[in-house]
Amino acid sequence: MAESGAVLNRAVLETQFADLEQQRETATFGMWVFLATELLLFGALFLAYTVYRYGAPEGFADASQHMEKVIGAVNTAVLLSSSFMVATAVRGAQVGGRKRLLFGLALTIVLGVVFLFFKGYEYYLHYEDHKVPGLNFEYAGQYAQAAKLFFFFYFAMTGLHAVHMLIGLGLVSVMLVRSWRGVFTEEYHAPVEVVGLYWHFVDLVWIFLFPVFYLIVKHH
Amino acid sequence: MAERSISDTTNVTVLAALLFFTFATYFASLFDLGWLNTPVGLAISVCKAALIVLYFMHARYSRWLTWVVIVAGVFWVGILFVLTMTDYMSRGW
Repeated sequence: MAESGAVLNRAVLETQFADLEQQRETATFGMWVFLATELLLFGALFLAYTVYRYGAPEGFADASQHMEKVIGAVNTAVLLSSSFMVATAVRGAQVGGRKRLLFGLALTIVLGVVFLFFKGYEYYLHYEDHKVPGLNFEYAGQYAQAAKLFFFFYFAMTGLHAVHMLIGLGLVSVMLVRSWRGVFTEEYHAPVEVVGLYWHFVDLVWIFLFPVFYLIVKHH
Repeated sequence: MAERSISDTTNVTVLAALLFFTFATYFASLFDLGWLNTPVGLAISVCKAALIVLYFMHARYSRWLTWVVIVAGVFWVGILFVLTMTDYMSRGW
């Protein structure tokens, strides 16, 4: 416990690295490799979605009409703005702007919470609309089966994305505490950068989730 | 390699472009473009993703090793999609 407290409070150059710069490059490289595996995790889900949408294009388009398009668009803007805040915080860390670092991280948390709040409200609307497979799914018309699959994918993929958001919020909070304690300097700020990379990736996933679930156009 | 920081002007410009693309993708979905709707939506998403990777994630100023990981990740997702879809699309359902 004492040791983790120490890690929270000071810059650490691990013994296996020659200097902080080498440590920083290794840390960011490690995060990129992890994100490549995350890409394959979400990629597999997008692939499964693609296979079923290919099998039932009209059903998926019909189901998409039950989505809250405007909330989805606003949430996309909220998440993009949060990414901007992270970028600002990283910039602050790089140039030694402590205030900017703190504000950037704090606003990232605020925007992340706003995103999850909207997402939760949407889930509530789907519940009221009887669109939750396995719980209360009801669907009128010929596309009930395909629509059930659509909503199954919707909840699985946006749910996994929301879990990533929660993890990201936890990580950014730790960075905020460490920034507050004055750990980060122009030389040592790799943790902020690494967490930033993770946050941007979660944003990237949403950029693809938004059109494939909310914006399918029904052809007449 | 020394760390290179992305300026505030660049960050703000990227955010403006991202918000514009979000509006564009929403706007495009209001029209029935036939089979083009999905490709247009995905093309806009790819542009947004590229901006985030290049600038917010600093890939543009990262060394080649980072690019190996990015290209490998995208390449393997490509294999995943191409091989699976060639199978499904050539079946008589």
